Amino acid sequence: MAEKKKKNDALTEFEIARRRRNLLLQAAITLGALVLLGVYLMPLLYGVVTSLKTKAQSADPSAPLLPSIAITFDYEGKNYDVLQVPTEAGVHEWALVKKGRRASQFVDPGNPDAGIIDWEGNWRALEPVWAPSVQWDNYPQAWNTIDFARLLFNTLVYAFVTMFGTVIASSCTAYGFARFNFPFKNLLFMVLIGTIVLPPAVTLVPTYAFFVNVLGWGGTWLPLIIPQMFGNAYNVFLLRQYFLTIPKEMEEAAQIDGAGRIRTFVSVILPQAVPALTAVSLFHFFFAWNDFFGPLIYLAGNRGANPITVGLTEFNGLYSSETQLILAAAIISMILPLAIFFLAQRVFIQGIVITGVDK
Amino acid sequence: MDMFSELDSARGSPKLTDIRAAFRLTGAQRAEAKWGLLFISPWLIGFAIFYLAPMVVSLLFSLYDFTLSAPDEARFIGLQNWSRMLFDDPNTWETLFVTFKFALISLPIGMVSAFLLAVLLNSQHLIGKNIFRTLFYAPTMVPLIAAILIWSRVLNPQTGWLNQLIQVTGIQAVGISGLRWLDDPNLIYIAYTFIGLWGIGNAILINLASLQGVPTELYEAASIDGAGWLRQLWSVTIPMVTPVIFYNLVLSVVGLLQFFIVPWVLNLGSGYPEGTTNFYMIYFYKQAFTFQNMGYGATLAWFMFIIGLAITIFLFATGRYWVYYAGESR
Repeated sequence: MAEKKKKNDALTEFEIARRRRNLLLQAAITLGALVLLGVYLMPLLYGVVTSLKTKAQSADPSAPLLPSIAITFDYEGKNYDVLQVPTEAGVHEWALVKKGRRASQFVDPGNPDAGIIDWEGNWRALEPVWAPSVQWDNYPQAWNTIDFARLLFNTLVYAFVTMFGTVIASSCTAYGFARFNFPFKNLLFMVLIGTIVLPPAVTLVPTYAFFVNVLGWGGTWLPLIIPQMFGNAYNVFLLRQYFLTIPKEMEEAAQIDGAGRIRTFVSVILPQAVPALTAVSLFHFFFAWNDFFGPLIYLAGNRGANPITVGLTEFNGLYSSETQLILAAAIISMILPLAIFFLAQRVFIQGIVITGVDK
Repeated sequence: MDMFSELDSARGSPKLTDIRAAFRLTGAQRAEAKWGLLFISPWLIGFAIFYLAPMVVSLLFSLYDFTLSAPDEARFIGLQNWSRMLFDDPNTWETLFVTFKFALISLPIGMVSAFLLAVLLNSQHLIGKNIFRTLFYAPTMVPLIAAILIWSRVLNPQTGWLNQLIQVTGIQAVGISGLRWLDDPNLIYIAYTFIGLWGIGNAILINLASLQGVPTELYEAASIDGAGWLRQLWSVTIPMVTPVIFYNLVLSVVGLLQFFIVPWVLNLGSGYPEGTTNFYMIYFYKQAFTFQNMGYGATLAWFMFIIGLAITIFLFATGRYWVYYAGESR
């Protein structure tokens, strides 16, 4: 009896030690992940915080971390900077009224009637007094300066027009590869996948010469839109994988009912494939939102047609010292993609996994 | 099956009998083939117009001295563009060197980070996995241009938070004599790699999916044999996820060969600092679009294609020896 109890004690002791070890491991790993995530996302936080600062603060290394402004004080109708002034009685926050090389004159904002205070020392060595202040105005200012409404309109039109084109073409192609046998099917499929590793540069020069010189489409969106109306390898692959999982019986039933191939595809297959179609549409939307090289070369000289990417880049070149406005514009440009991602992440993540992992 | 293993199974040129069989179809087969080709015709037409034809024309362009502003003066010069590019133009090899040097630094860091983050996010000890997964993926959704603009300020030696963060650990980072990420030729590739780390979300995700697919029996067996965590990682996990590592490797190499946007947005392709950011694609852009030198641009593009093809073939050929595909006997 006593022996058995001893054994039980040993067991629970072992169990307790195991649980404690697990708990410790959980805490350590979660904490480590938290620190790593903090460092990884730090630039994002920096971007948001700095976009709410004044230009002066964003360029001042000794300024506070959070959005603030240097305090000033109105004295006899004029505006003076408030500085931190060290004296024998401690540090005072005084407004600098008259600057001098060796000695300056101050006024105490708390007691301006006391008049001018003389202080000996170099005022240039004094730090300003900061008070928290958030510059929400940077956002409307960035929005207007960059003419974001115009950029957004251009980007959205481009994204949606090409999205419809590429999704329709890709799903037809994917259905062809998923369900039909035809000569050289494997070879053609290999070629299709091969286009993924083909550098676009190798087709770019003649395509550019053709669009711009022969057709005169330089500065328009046509050379960017038309090539995307024919489907692309990633989308075809993803949709084909999805179509392969749809049971053939459903199509056979539709065909017995007298539906033709196209009817079957449109009314049986496509409704079944909504998740995959959504994923492909999202991929394309993000691609279009990010597309830079094409617009850069084809829209050169037509600034009114710029998408967000090229507009932001030009803005950065013209206003490079206005850090707070550039960051505000950058944040504005990421709101829509991030919002869509957070709302649709499940479908989106599934799509990425299908193209990349053995399943 | 992922894309590239599909490719592997479809490998092999069509045999003569296949070609003959293609012309001897029964009526029903013929009807099916007709529908199949009809359905894939959008891609097939696009491929012919926007891939096949331009590639051939591009090769022809490379035999001409042809400036876009004066198309009537184009003249056939044989292989002169090619010999100029390979033997007389130092920029070709310099920009290739820059591209490869950056790839050799950036590629391992990016791939190892993606793998290790996936291992972390797959850990049974991590609390709040789903939130972590979403948040680690989020930077990949930040549009690249916005990411570059933010990073270029975060990396500022005086006011950027990265140096201020490093300063906290006791290393002198802030200031003129500190870490000048975007101005120092020795740091520039690391700085560019940081920006690239904000785009590894897809790689993390497919690594993660692959880790979740490793059969738990393998870990149990290894554990019984006395293998510790590190040993299991090395001998079980890594071999099982080699297909994903391979997939990421091929896509990364192809992407890095065309590295363009980051140096373009940061300094309009000036090569600053000290020519360290003169990437091959930047040089191609200047020749083809700034100088409108279509003949020479096409030559540079074809050379890039050849190099990319050679690397891809090399990777696929060596992949047979280190990529593990379940269900295959070796």
